[in-house]
Amino acid sequence: MLNPDSVGRTFAGTDVITISQSEIDAFCSVIGETDTTIAPPTFSIRITLSQYESILTQPEIGLDWSRLVHGDQKFEIITPIKAGDALTCAATIENYRVAAGNEIVTVRSDLHRAADLVISSWSTLVVRA
Amino acid sequence: MIEVGTVLPERIFFIDRAMLTSYADASGDQNPIHQNEEFALSVGLPNVIAHGMLTMALVGKYVSDFAGGAGHVLEFGARFTKPVIVPAGEKVDLTVSATVSEIADGKISLTLSATSAGVKVLGMAKAVVRK
Repeated sequence: MLNPDSVGRTFAGTDVITISQSEIDAFCSVIGETDTTIAPPTFSIRITLSQYESILTQPEIGLDWSRLVHGDQKFEIITPIKAGDALTCAATIENYRVAAGNEIVTVRSDLHRAADLVISSWSTLVVRA
Repeated sequence: MIEVGTVLPERIFFIDRAMLTSYADASGDQNPIHQNEEFALSVGLPNVIAHGMLTMALVGKYVSDFAGGAGHVLEFGARFTKPVIVPAGEKVDLTVSATVSEIADGKISLTLSATSAGVKVLGMAKAVVRK
C-alpha cells in the first residue's frame, strides 16, 4: 500500500538527463515518424516512467510496481524535446485513493530545461487488487 | 476546410510482436506482459498485450501528421480502457480517427477514436494542436 503521507510530496530529480539523437531516432522509428528533429509527443514517458518507478517503489512510499497498470496519461507540451536537451524531472504525487481494493495514484511530472518548464505530464497508475 | 464537427480521415496502423519489442527498447518499458506470452497468461491476460503508451504513441503520430508535425502538438491525453491484444505471428489493427471538437485562439481540439479488432482501446482521447 502507498503511504498516504506521501500525497502532495514532490520529488525533485537531481540527475540531469541528456537526450541523445539515437533515443529520438529509435522512438520515431517504431511509430513511422520520419521527422526526427524533435521528439514525438509521447517521447517523454521514456524519462518519466522510470523516474516514477524509482520514486514510488522506495520503501517509505511503498507502491507495488509488479501489479501496476497504466490507467490514463496526459501531456502538456510547452516546448518539444530535441537531441542535446539536458532535462531535470520533478515528480509530484498528486492524488491517491483506493477503489474496490485497487490503489489509484495520480503522479505529475514536470520536465525542465534549465529553469524552463518544457513538458508537464500526468499519469494515473493503478495497482490491481 | 476544418471546422467544428469535421471528421478526419481514418488511418490504420498495424501492431505485431516485433513492434512491441522495438517499443520496449525505445521507451525503456520492458514489462514482460508486452513480450512474453507465458508470463502474460500467468497474470491472467488473454495474450501478450501492447503497451498502452505504444497505442498512444501511434495515435500521437496521427495527431502530429494532422497538425503538420510533432512540434504543433500542445496537449494530448487518453485513458487506457481495453488492451490491444497481440497474438504471435499476427498483425493487429489500430484504427484511428478524429473529430474536430473546438477551434479557438488558433488552437484546434480533436476528439480521437482508437479501436483494435473492433474494440475501443482508448477513452477520453483528446488532443489540442496549433496548425
